[in-house]
Amino acid sequence: MLKGQKRWGLFFFLAPVVLWLFVMIVLPHIDLLIMSFRIENDEGQQIWSLKNYLNFFEEPIYWLTFARTAIYSILVTFLTFVIALPVAFYITKVVKPKYQGFLLVLLLLPFWVSELVRVYGWMILLRESGVINHFLLKAGLLKQPIEMLYRDSTMILGLVYTSMLFMVVPIISVLDSLDNSLIEAAYDLGANMWTILFKIIIPHATPGIVSGSIVVFMLTLGNYLTPNLMGGKNSLWFTEQIYNQFIASFNWNQGSAFGFLLLVLSSIVVWLGLKLTRQNLKKVVQ
Amino acid sequence: MQIDLAVKDISKTFDDFMAVDNVSFEVADGSFFSILGPSGCGKTTLLRMIAGLTEPTAGTIEIRGKSMLGIPPNKRPVNLIFQHLALFPMMNVGENIAFGLKRRGDSKAVINEKVATILERVDLIGFGDKKVDQLSGGQKQRVAIARCLVLEPAVLLLDEPLGALDLKLREQMKVELKKLQAKVGTTFVYITHDQSEALVMSDHVAVMNQGVFEQIDTPQNLYNSPDTPFVAQFVGDNNTWSGRIRQCDQKTAEIETTDGRVFRTQIRQQLQPGDEVDLFLRPEAMLIQPDAGLANLNRFEVIVKDLLFDGANSRLLAHPLDADTELLIALPQTHQYDYIQKNDKIEIGWDEQSGICFLRKENQD
Amino acid sequence: MIKRKLFVLCVVSAFVLVFSGGLYAAETLSLLTWKGYAPKNLVEKFEKETGITVKVTYSNNEEMIAKLRATRGAGFDLAQPSQDRISSVQEKYQIYQPIDMSKINAAQIIPSMLKAVQLNTMVNVKSHAVPFCWGTSGLIVNRKFAADAKDYSDLLNEAYKGRVSYRLKRPTLIAIAFAMGDDPFAKYSDVNAYQALMEKVGQALIDGKPIVKNYWTNGDALLQSMRSEEVYLAMAWDNGGWKLHVENSDIDFLAPKSGALGWIDTFAIPAKAKNIDAAYKWINFMLKPENAAQFTNMEKYGTASRGSIELTNVDIRGNFQRSFPQAAVDNIKWYPPVPAKLEEIEGKILDKVKAAK
Repeated sequence: MLKGQKRWGLFFFLAPVVLWLFVMIVLPHIDLLIMSFRIENDEGQQIWSLKNYLNFFEEPIYWLTFARTAIYSILVTFLTFVIALPVAFYITKVVKPKYQGFLLVLLLLPFWVSELVRVYGWMILLRESGVINHFLLKAGLLKQPIEMLYRDSTMILGLVYTSMLFMVVPIISVLDSLDNSLIEAAYDLGANMWTILFKIIIPHATPGIVSGSIVVFMLTLGNYLTPNLMGGKNSLWFTEQIYNQFIASFNWNQGSAFGFLLLVLSSIVVWLGLKLTRQNLKKVVQ
Repeated sequence: MQIDLAVKDISKTFDDFMAVDNVSFEVADGSFFSILGPSGCGKTTLLRMIAGLTEPTAGTIEIRGKSMLGIPPNKRPVNLIFQHLALFPMMNVGENIAFGLKRRGDSKAVINEKVATILERVDLIGFGDKKVDQLSGGQKQRVAIARCLVLEPAVLLLDEPLGALDLKLREQMKVELKKLQAKVGTTFVYITHDQSEALVMSDHVAVMNQGVFEQIDTPQNLYNSPDTPFVAQFVGDNNTWSGRIRQCDQKTAEIETTDGRVFRTQIRQQLQPGDEVDLFLRPEAMLIQPDAGLANLNRFEVIVKDLLFDGANSRLLAHPLDADTELLIALPQTHQYDYIQKNDKIEIGWDEQSGICFLRKENQD
Repeated sequence: MIKRKLFVLCVVSAFVLVFSGGLYAAETLSLLTWKGYAPKNLVEKFEKETGITVKVTYSNNEEMIAKLRATRGAGFDLAQPSQDRISSVQEKYQIYQPIDMSKINAAQIIPSMLKAVQLNTMVNVKSHAVPFCWGTSGLIVNRKFAADAKDYSDLLNEAYKGRVSYRLKRPTLIAIAFAMGDDPFAKYSDVNAYQALMEKVGQALIDGKPIVKNYWTNGDALLQSMRSEEVYLAMAWDNGGWKLHVENSDIDFLAPKSGALGWIDTFAIPAKAKNIDAAYKWINFMLKPENAAQFTNMEKYGTASRGSIELTNVDIRGNFQRSFPQAAVDNIKWYPPVPAKLEEIEGKILDKVKAAK
């Protein structure tokens, strides 16, 4: 009796969520999936076809752009991790507890403004007539201002900056549970800093690192603003290609196919990442 | 005799708090040395300074004659067993033990052999592939010890490693640890707040209080002739009287206690008539219904308030006839005293050689 | 007690929300337009005159079409696409409704322009737009650094390496095609010929990639980089050049040798517009000479409003005299309606250019 009631209660609580998921996420995706398998023939009618998917593999710019996007996303994820780990370590293990909250707020602060504002902030700093150039010129380190925007490295900088928080927070939460005495024990048993890092800290933090990496990878892969604005002329990102298909070429069928390819291929990369680090999604999501 | 560990005038100050205050001691090769003190007395800080995990504010540490100042923990010939053992959960037992050997760059064959040998020594043959969380508390304890001993340190430091175990296992491990130490011959420096652990296992015990060593001595001496009131109270149980010297000579004194009794006791420091003193007496120093023929006994009558049965450690809780001072009296379980009931009036006697008397300090807190 | 109060408060506020929401909807005009096309003071004036609240969404041609296509013409009461991007889209997706000329104050509109737009947006013998404003794309030049720039081909000129900016959008393709001596508009009807031309243009843009500093996407950002003299030469709308000319007389808009690209932006009513009356009110309001003149003074664009030019500031007329001598006016290439399929060809070329190293 009670059990039955409980189940109904659960149902009532979950129903809006399930409905929301279904209407807002599942239905549009089904629509897009159907669209991705249809093309317009010469008479202007919609017919079933695999052409949209074939296009991706037959046209080098498409899959090259995808490969580029994926590789850069992996690179961004890795760089974010390399920067986030010491930051998280500093916040959890080095700094006095009373400053921890303050540092976390500092980390959060940039995320109170929109990504667009943050990117424009970077552009103001980095552009040829920007703040950094101004100071370098003043300091006599430069004779001529240099354009720091519109390079791949700038784009990566922007993407890493945008992703930082999503890596730092999960790593902080796993490092919090790391007993300091494990680090001290390793040190006492003759380990140096690097061994402690690779044998103790990273293995302990792996679930957090992997969950952070998945989030950062997905966010970077799906980012549109930062590559477009900071990367400039050389920075074709796969999301931009999807946008172009939908908006510039009016080819929604092709755009949907690209969208699904992005979904599938990014899932494969995440799955491979989980396999390689011997983690499973359940463990990581905790 | 070779000195393995020599600590000279070491101090550690945190902000404005003095954790360790000018402590010196030496530990001989192959001995079991304990530092006993209440929590917060600075013993863990002292141990961490020896291990190198904390930098001393002043003083020197020498291990086998070599100064350890400025040498990081991974380069010191000492190893530390942590309070919660700090076994690496991401490695199995064998990897845990091999951890230090690998850092030293030993060859694989040597490592395997040493790991096997040490597992045998701590009675964990075949446990190499087990995960740490599959082990019982006592097994974890032995892995932690093996992980350090395999490195053959000059000194093994132990930070209350038995604290987390249940009572039975703790009793058992005390004996095992002592036997193991005797077998391997490594110098142990052991810190604990449990006096029984310190007394059972150690060759020498240092009693520490508020950052300073009160006394370094053998367990027997600590118990029988404590140097300070703190040691007398902290090591073993004691009955306490406050009083004043009525008259005294070099060896004995007559003390009038605040509850109006007069006792004769031996003294070990120079005292004057009129001095305020504290008198300590072990529960087992008090004899129940002593033979009338025994001389040199302080005798008085008490009322039994309660019988505290605790096996070999059973006591009587009593108070003198005309005062409410609580007294603990050892009750030997020899059936000789089975007749004693609650509210009985019995005679108590204690030998004047059993009394421990200290001048009461003015600023005693 | 407190719970009860909270409950009452919730109910009351819910009612207020629903009620005011209803009011709001009845009195709102949702406008889908370009940045600058609904200046604040005109919006305020309109709201005062009619009591209708104007809700503005900024967009561009492609996004306007995509938004309306996604909702099949719902969500907005009035859109402002360029006249050449209406007929083929309308044929395919039916996202607009025909203009009811009886509700338009046609006397306010320059007849030749109205006629041209009506003709160009004709689908099923009904026209779907009326003109609002017009302008051209050409070159914005900083004479101090690029005195010799004359045509779109200078966008690919090695002399201005790293100091050139343009959009990676179809106008650039068209412009380069003209600069190559070709006529892309003439090839609109021949898909294959157009494809070949576009590939040629694409290759030229790929070859010229080291020269361009960036492909601009935001008009304000482009003007900023011209102002700071990071960019000497850009392909952009005429009004931007004129705005900069006020601040720095070295910078000005230049009608290129092979012709400025002329466009007319319109008013078109989406198929499922809710507040059609408000849409017509806004159209008539914006084309009123004094309002149109105010818009021109601010945005520098000419409008389709008859007689508004006499009401504009002197410098507006100066702009035209400087940048558009009679020969340049005659040489303006007006965009004809874009047939279907071309956008896809252009899209692919643009992707290729962007992806190239």
